[in-house]
Amino acid sequence: MNALLYLIPAALILGGLGLAGFLWALRSGQFDDLEGAKHRILQDDDEAGRRR
Amino acid sequence: MKPARGRGDLPDGAVPLAACCLPADLPGPEEDAEALAAAAAEAVESLPGGRRRLVLVIENLECAGCVPKIERTLERLTGLVEGRVNLTTRRLRLVWHDEAIALTQLLTPVLALGYRLAPFQVGRLEARDAEERRFLMRCLAVAGFAAGNVMLLSVSVWSGLWGDMGAATRDLLHWVSALIAMPAVAYAGRPFFRSAMAAVTAGRLNMDVPISLAVVLAAAMSLFETMRSGPETYFDASVTLLFFLLIGRLLDRMLRGRARSAAENLLALKVDSAMVVLPDGSRERRAASNLIAGDLVLVAAGERLPADGRVVSGRSSLDVSAITGESLPQSVGRDCKVHAGTVNLDGSLTIEVTAAGEQTLLAEVLRLVETAEQGRARYVRLADRAARIYAPAVHLLALATFILGLAMGLAWQGALLNAIAVLIVTCPCALGLAVPAVQVAAVSRLLRGGVLVKSGDALERLAEVDHVVLDKTGTLTLGRPVLLNAGEVMAGDLQLAAGLAATSRHPLAEALVRAAGPVPLLKAEVREVPGAGLVAEHPDGELRLGSAAHVGATDPGDGSESLLWLRRPEGRLVCFRFQDELRPDAVEAIAALKAQGLSLELLSGDRPAVAAEVAGTLGIERWRGNVNPAEKTRRLQELAGAGRRVAMVGDGLNDAPALAAAHASLSPAAASEASQVAADFLFQGERLTPVPDAIALARRSRRLVLQNFTIAISYNLVAVPLGMAGEITPLLAAVFMSCSSLVVTANAMRAAAGKRDEPVKEPAAREAVAA
Repeated sequence: MNALLYLIPAALILGGLGLAGFLWALRSGQFDDLEGAKHRILQDDDEAGRRR
Repeated sequence: MKPARGRGDLPDGAVPLAACCLPADLPGPEEDAEALAAAAAEAVESLPGGRRRLVLVIENLECAGCVPKIERTLERLTGLVEGRVNLTTRRLRLVWHDEAIALTQLLTPVLALGYRLAPFQVGRLEARDAEERRFLMRCLAVAGFAAGNVMLLSVSVWSGLWGDMGAATRDLLHWVSALIAMPAVAYAGRPFFRSAMAAVTAGRLNMDVPISLAVVLAAAMSLFETMRSGPETYFDASVTLLFFLLIGRLLDRMLRGRARSAAENLLALKVDSAMVVLPDGSRERRAASNLIAGDLVLVAAGERLPADGRVVSGRSSLDVSAITGESLPQSVGRDCKVHAGTVNLDGSLTIEVTAAGEQTLLAEVLRLVETAEQGRARYVRLADRAARIYAPAVHLLALATFILGLAMGLAWQGALLNAIAVLIVTCPCALGLAVPAVQVAAVSRLLRGGVLVKSGDALERLAEVDHVVLDKTGTLTLGRPVLLNAGEVMAGDLQLAAGLAATSRHPLAEALVRAAGPVPLLKAEVREVPGAGLVAEHPDGELRLGSAAHVGATDPGDGSESLLWLRRPEGRLVCFRFQDELRPDAVEAIAALKAQGLSLELLSGDRPAVAAEVAGTLGIERWRGNVNPAEKTRRLQELAGAGRRVAMVGDGLNDAPALAAAHASLSPAAASEASQVAADFLFQGERLTPVPDAIALARRSRRLVLQNFTIAISYNLVAVPLGMAGEITPLLAAVFMSCSSLVVTANAMRAAAGKRDEPVKEPAAREAVAA
């Protein structure tokens, strides 16, 4: 049962990272345009100056 | 402001072409940019660091390909901090350094690409919507995180039940679950707690009251059990419940937000700018809202009139279809009264403003729309109606379980635990998730068919409809004339007339050109006599095309058709007859509506003769012509008074109040802005079959919602007795909850699946409605 002592924290930390990542993405406006985002991945954007 | 290129560019009022397909070298973007910048002045926000921000609605952003086109063009400009297109809301956000670049310099290249822009002020309601959506998403994320981790721990506990897990390990897992679940419930439960508090303080019960009670009591009781190292906790149930319910809540909110942003875009486009002639003869661009009575306004051909007024000089014909529904242009000259919202077709006009802004006929109609809409706000959604019965029933059951438990000699903890189990298993997970899931599925299916739905309850209302009132011009017909007697006139005459007509933007001239097919342009100088017709100097003499008076003929028409006359150089007269064209599938669509058991009625603002003919062709028994907007609304109220649930289909400004007064309403996407705001559904393209399709789908989703209610109730018939008997373990509760949610969601998805043979609209139209 000693495995639990690091497995539970590991699971929580990984989950927490995911949560933090989602909240960051939400805050930086990545969920504001769900329609456009799916098309943007197909655009050539090798030109410099691509903005967030 | 006026969309830089007015509606006059779209001869048939059809769906605008994708901007990508427009020629890039349209003249005059600089001038338009100046006008736009002047109109946008109020919408520009100042940010710290000398930066400015402006949000613009892009009227004709149709496809994803437009996004990089605009953004690449803007990227080349120095001084721009951000230029980003949002495809969902169809808006462009600009942030720039004020001293580095002027707004007009930013707008010119975008306008030059052929896009029509209008400044947008983010409404307070919409800002609040967006904030609420983000709040729900944060709650959903937290609930999801907690649900996943607590479930992981709970599964370990459950598998330990049959294994060799010691009490200490189980307690440890319970404590970790509590540490995750308690803050998560406190954070992610807020949307429900708030709404439940609001309901309770107002002395009402809504679905959120049992939800909040179940979640809070389950979490609190589990904490208590954990502290006294009891074997059973409901942490997983309370957080998964929140997770499922938040999904439903978010779906519902996104649907509403999408509808609202579409409506606000339309309002932004409504505003026009005007070219004002000052007393000293100089000219100035001004927003239409800043016009006052007595101003002299210059209206160029193709522009929309910014205010009501009187013509001071100039002759022209006006497209008045937005106001009266009349498809034929009206000739106007000195001293004629003209209305805001009509489009000037050929000559330029100088108008003295008699009423501007809130006093115009247009604004009057918009007010009528608002008044009529208030009646509709009283509609109670299906889910809320179910909640009115469900919520008290659940509370009574839980209370009964508690009392029963005590009576059977259980300790109060045991009795309370049973009551909580009942609250959890009866929790309207299925209901909270099922209604929005059905509606989202149905709405996305409609979007694929080119129909934009403005709210979820519109679907519910449309399903209840038993009577359909149709407008004629622009609804049953395309609102554009076609040549009737192409077979009677000589081919040479038609060619000659079409060559002449190709220079004009008059709807009849355009119909002539369409009928003639490709013809060589007349190699002669063509002069347009505004409001009358065209004159050309042919080698053999003078060539005239236009009204009877213009060519010197006597008009034999009875008014049911419109005529265009050609006078050949040798003096021979040729008459072309036109009539408004029915939508290609109008007969089919009307038959489909009848097959759905709906009674039909035609109310037209057009002449009775025309209304009668259309009604006859389509087989509509009840019809009336010459109906004004107030009469239409009155007729709808009369029908509603007689207990009929009426769907109104219309497009003109004259239909807008009737659209708002109807139980549910549909408009073609080419309709006037007022109608688009008032209507619940907007359908794209030239077909009318989206109307019966939408009704069929609305009825199907209503059936699915009711089915889901039945599933939820029959599930409760099994679960509640078990819960009252104290047989629901946390494991069983989790299984029951997930199963019922999955079943109703899967059932809801059937709303999206449909007839395979149903043609799906072309991608461009789809993108447009998706926005």
